[in-house]
Amino acid sequence: MFLQMARMRYFERAIADLWDRGLISGEMHLGIGEEGIVAGVLSHLRDGDALALDHRSTPPLVGWGVDLRSMILEMLGSEDGLCRGWGGHMHLLSPEKLAASSGIVGAAGPMACGFALSAQQLRPNSVAVAFFGEGSMNQGMLMEAFNLAVVWKLPVVFVCKDNGWSITTRSGTVTGGDLAKRARSFGMPASQVNGTNVKSVCSAAERAVARAREGRGPSFIHASCHHPSGHFLGDPLLRLFKDPAGEAKAMSGPLIDATRQSDGASWGSRVSGLLGIGKTLVSMAAEQYVFSGDPLKVARDDLPKPTAKRLAQQAREEVNEAVESALNAVGVAAGV
Amino acid sequence: LPPVSETTFAGAIERALDQAMAEDERIVVFGEDAHLLRRNLLARHGPARVRQTPISESAFLGAAVGAAMSGLRPVVEIMLVDFVAVAFDALLNQAAKIEAFSGGRWKVPVVVRSACGAGYGDGGQHEQYLWGLLAGVPGLAVVAPSNPADAAGLMLSSIAHDGPVVYLEHKLLSDYWLDYMGRGGRTTVSFDVPEAGAVGEVPDRPLPVPLGVGATLREGSDLAIVSLGVAVHRCLAASGVLSQRGIEATVVDLRTVAPLDTQLIIDVAGRTGRVLVVDEDYMHFGLSGEIAAVLAEAGVDARFSRIGTPGTIPYARHLEDETLPSVDRIVDAAASLVGDSARVPAAGAGD
Repeated sequence: MFLQMARMRYFERAIADLWDRGLISGEMHLGIGEEGIVAGVLSHLRDGDALALDHRSTPPLVGWGVDLRSMILEMLGSEDGLCRGWGGHMHLLSPEKLAASSGIVGAAGPMACGFALSAQQLRPNSVAVAFFGEGSMNQGMLMEAFNLAVVWKLPVVFVCKDNGWSITTRSGTVTGGDLAKRARSFGMPASQVNGTNVKSVCSAAERAVARAREGRGPSFIHASCHHPSGHFLGDPLLRLFKDPAGEAKAMSGPLIDATRQSDGASWGSRVSGLLGIGKTLVSMAAEQYVFSGDPLKVARDDLPKPTAKRLAQQAREEVNEAVESALNAVGVAAGV
Repeated sequence: LPPVSETTFAGAIERALDQAMAEDERIVVFGEDAHLLRRNLLARHGPARVRQTPISESAFLGAAVGAAMSGLRPVVEIMLVDFVAVAFDALLNQAAKIEAFSGGRWKVPVVVRSACGAGYGDGGQHEQYLWGLLAGVPGLAVVAPSNPADAAGLMLSSIAHDGPVVYLEHKLLSDYWLDYMGRGGRTTVSFDVPEAGAVGEVPDRPLPVPLGVGATLREGSDLAIVSLGVAVHRCLAASGVLSQRGIEATVVDLRTVAPLDTQLIIDVAGRTGRVLVVDEDYMHFGLSGEIAAVLAEAGVDARFSRIGTPGTIPYARHLEDETLPSVDRIVDAAASLVGDSARVPAAGAGD
């Protein structure tokens, strides 16, 4: 599992580098910090199982054995890419491996139900896994999918990766109740695990996957994690944190002007609005400082040092090779 | 003359919203990340009027419709128009129907503000336009400004309108959207942003631009190019190239898809005898076909051609560029529409 996680991490870093260099367009949502959750769940899956993924789909796809080079080529916009340049990083699709990602929050839930329905009829004892963030727990289609999976007894494992942020909004401020309890109230078992510890995820996933394979219906896993790279690369909150002088200067002028307008809300109300903005920034900053739950580091500490080093080296080489090969291919195709 | 100042497209929208909110307590703003995205409105008007929502489009768009029916005038934000799909019932079956169902007695003054548009390589699930689809729903108004002054003016009119309005904010024109979705703080990427659309003079107290009224940006007798959004700027650039080749084009910015300024379309078609529609939205079953129907029904004798997005918008930048209306494609389509009768110098034929 450590090797898988290391592959995922190096792959994400390679993508970030290509994105920084302007070789990948659009948004880039990295899955750094989710490797423990992903590897723990995938360790119980086998051929015939299916993955319904969100906008952080690369770690599961790497772990699922989708060709690294073809994914890089896709993100580079090459016609030799996984989706011939049409999907890009948010819409990576592998029909052979039954793995589909989507940029629509919550869409993995219904998709997994469909995969599971096919499994029930066509691939007995196969399961479907849905990966999504806690922000999507407020999306109606996901809640509807929970109910559908329960009443149809579908072999689905719903995996909620909770980093505490719904895009750039603190999830706690827009979410009522307890998520595991919410899932349980649909009539399925729910477990809560520390997602930075792959072993904890692994044992929770073992029960959930076994239950699905045995035809006993869906389960919910609520796993905590942290995204050191924010919602997406170039996250405005992270930028503000990393370059307070530059970013805050741009932001604060209009803010001060707006606050000083003579008409508008009462002063008390305005101050509470500003405090809200401040609180969001402070909680982002605090997380950046206190964060220590790196799933890769936790997994590495469980291994003898030389083994960890060797596996990390192997993962790095595999990823580098894929990136170099993809870049060469694009270079040749582009006549550079 | 009223004082004006140069502002960005996004700044113009905010200026209009801020002014409207200061004048009317019933206007509330809500959407995902609203406290970050609308922090200036939050600072002035307070958290009761600027709320952030969960990622629950069907709940909060539906709630906006209910709020609009019961006294408030919400400006609700669906971040990207693509995500309207998640909450389409609230628009299609609720907001658009209430006035008709009540025999005109119950209005739904809601503005749905959404970013739209491609040109930064984000793939076909985050870059759509959908104004044709939305305008096809009776009861919905749909606007898509192409410059800061119109952006402010159409926002004022959208807020003042007594029915539901979908207000589309093009990401190539709106600097913060382009930065969030495309640039991400990088200096290693570039975008074809039309300067005149992204920055411009806006009255310090913006004036309304009425819904359903297009603008003629350029007069020419050989053909009329009818467009809106970022494509307007591509059309203006193309008309410069065409002019060098002896073809003079009228360029119309529709500004509003629904209600459509049919009279203006009929007028320019009648004057020039040739109409080229340039639409960034899907080509089929949409705005360009509607315009052809308007002309046919009015009995206008005009040759017709169109450029639109033929299929799903691809992720790869080079494929995306081939899909979206470009200056080259507009020039070619215009020249071929004008055909042999035009004063095209032979040198242009090899382009």
